[in-house]
Amino acid sequence: MTRSEPAAAALPPLAGHGGTSEPVLQVRDLVKHFPVMSRGVVRRRVGDLHAVCGVSFDLFENETLGLVGESGSGKTTVARTVLNLETATSGRVRYRGRDLTALDRRRMRPLRRELQIVFQDPYASLDPRISVHEIVAEPLRIHGRYGPGAKDEVRELLRLVGLNPEHGNRFAHEFSGGQRQRIGIARALALHPKVIVLDEPVSALDVSIQAGVLNLLMDLQSELGLSFLFVAHDLSVMRHVARRVAVMYLGRLVEIAPARELFARPAHPYTQALVSAIPLPDPRKERARTRITVQGDVPSPVRPPSGCRFRTRCPTFARHLTDSERTACVEEVPALVDRGGGNPVACHYARNVTLL
Amino acid sequence: MTTTSHGVRDVPVTDAVLEVDGLTVEFPTEDGTVRAVRGVGYRLDRGESLGIVGESGSGKSVTALAVMGLLPGTARVGGSVRFEGTELLGLSDARLSDLRGSGIAMIFQDPMTSLNPVHTVGHQITETLQRHHPGLNRRTARARAVELLGTVGIPGPERRVDAYPHELSGGMRQRVVIAIAMANDPDVIIADEPTTALDVTVQAQILEALQTARAETGAALVLITHDLGVVAGHTDRVAVMYAGRIVETGSVEDIFYTPRMPYTLGLLGSLPRLDRDEERLTPITGSPPSLLNLPPGCPFAPRCPLRRDTCDDTEPALRPVGPEPHFSACHFAAELADTGAEDVFDTVGADAEALARYADATTPDEPPKDTV
Repeated sequence: MTRSEPAAAALPPLAGHGGTSEPVLQVRDLVKHFPVMSRGVVRRRVGDLHAVCGVSFDLFENETLGLVGESGSGKTTVARTVLNLETATSGRVRYRGRDLTALDRRRMRPLRRELQIVFQDPYASLDPRISVHEIVAEPLRIHGRYGPGAKDEVRELLRLVGLNPEHGNRFAHEFSGGQRQRIGIARALALHPKVIVLDEPVSALDVSIQAGVLNLLMDLQSELGLSFLFVAHDLSVMRHVARRVAVMYLGRLVEIAPARELFARPAHPYTQALVSAIPLPDPRKERARTRITVQGDVPSPVRPPSGCRFRTRCPTFARHLTDSERTACVEEVPALVDRGGGNPVACHYARNVTLL
Repeated sequence: MTTTSHGVRDVPVTDAVLEVDGLTVEFPTEDGTVRAVRGVGYRLDRGESLGIVGESGSGKSVTALAVMGLLPGTARVGGSVRFEGTELLGLSDARLSDLRGSGIAMIFQDPMTSLNPVHTVGHQITETLQRHHPGLNRRTARARAVELLGTVGIPGPERRVDAYPHELSGGMRQRVVIAIAMANDPDVIIADEPTTALDVTVQAQILEALQTARAETGAALVLITHDLGVVAGHTDRVAVMYAGRIVETGSVEDIFYTPRMPYTLGLLGSLPRLDRDEERLTPITGSPPSLLNLPPGCPFAPRCPLRRDTCDDTEPALRPVGPEPHFSACHFAAELADTGAEDVFDTVGADAEALARYADATTPDEPPKDTV
């Protein structure tokens, strides 16, 4: 991989991934491995943790793309690597004609104005020692945009996210979890970004508070035409906010489809298990549901299973395949392609199933 | 406090396995008294399941700890908790220990802290068994431990019985906790957020294991959770808690289809749903009140769109609405018949005017520059 040439040629669009306009962000074959060190005085590299393996997707203008998966699926690593907060092991991330993976910190900085992130934990992501005004003003200062009108600008940002601008001189600990997350959003908006990566922005919040933050995010996205990469583990939240949803399992994308289709007719056995596992807040429906359940836990990403990484827990593999059919699952990594169901799915034996 | 028991009163008393009445818990602090539980009452019949839902700080976990006698010595507990007719409050720790496990078992949220890291899981199960059956020999106890691990769905239980908690995944650990809970055939299992720390596919497995445990032991269940979906599928009745009190209780159908308390309505309206399209969610603005120096009146009033003057003066009692087991603590519960969350709550999001000004201030595409 050459790292000297930052200008990247336009990448071909991904077949069947939806979207007609030019993508804002193109991610191709993104790989991120973390070294696993031995214990003891002399720490040697004894293996790799395969956090992200060959992930490709496009993020279009004015859309929310959901990235969903359970803990350890690599979704947060994708989010961080896309923004070059982690250095990619290999692969490309193309934003407005530039390959971000080839940029060093200095050359990345001007682009950070346009690529912002909101973190999961509103308690850890805000500096406790400076006022909320300073927290929101910090990006303006860093990028040399803290001019005479900046005070008003910050007040306006606080108002925009539903906070009282009079409270700018307070400190983060004086706010509730929902309000802190709003502060984080105001900070991300300060530089008028084009793309915002949201890493589990509402998972630490109670539902009644979460709803307000979700409404705020959806207003911002639709009114400002922003592109959101929305990372979350909660499928109900995804269904509500995302236009398209990509499902991750153990470092790989297993299915990507428009939100409504993904939840109505999931094709990958893992997506089916996920949808099945979400309890519905409706007693009659919940009692009448048919479920597809998986066995066991997620395998270690240090030694992921060969072929399809889901096969060790896959109900289709365990119950419905013959031994000869299973060979493909063990030996061949299933590609993420349309297999007749209309959307890309990484399963040799994908079959759309209606679950809700 | 006018609160009394709010269960199904016309069922014969003999069916009740757990009766909680006017339970109060106060924690003295330097700043004053925190009234964490303010008159909670419920009744659990044999084999029945009750879901207790509420957000952080609503007092749902403290209620459970008070029932189990597990609160720190500084807590002041009042009211009454009767297990099969025996009053538990004020009982000596030794007497309570006889009941814990065999009468009432508890499953906590975090299996890593509820299991002892220096003993094998087998040891922890046999310890529970032998505590209540002193005559049980080691070999029988071990065989029973293996059997229990198998029941809760642990693969290779003969091997896993000698594993230490750190060698197991979160889901496996919670299965071990369930095995311990069912070991002595309890009459009541209290599960406090048993699946909150787990991924959804594992959560589904654990809820299944919990159902198995109930089917095997015939135990009644108190399921404490913030997840309304979990409650919908696993309990017969629901109690909604807010600011240390039950503010609505009824059958799952009552609560989910015809809620009569604005807070319940708001909670349901704020849930994004997997099974339908909703245009907008209806958040509840503001935050729950501090339980230190709680002002008079309805504690939900400051966040309630239906608030009127009465609400600031008197705290509404839990009164029947509609057919029996449905109770609501709202002065205006009658007005909430056939009302949806969107009729009561605003679907607030971004400040519209500020949003328009922000959009105007956003400069259209400028080519990215290499230097600042």
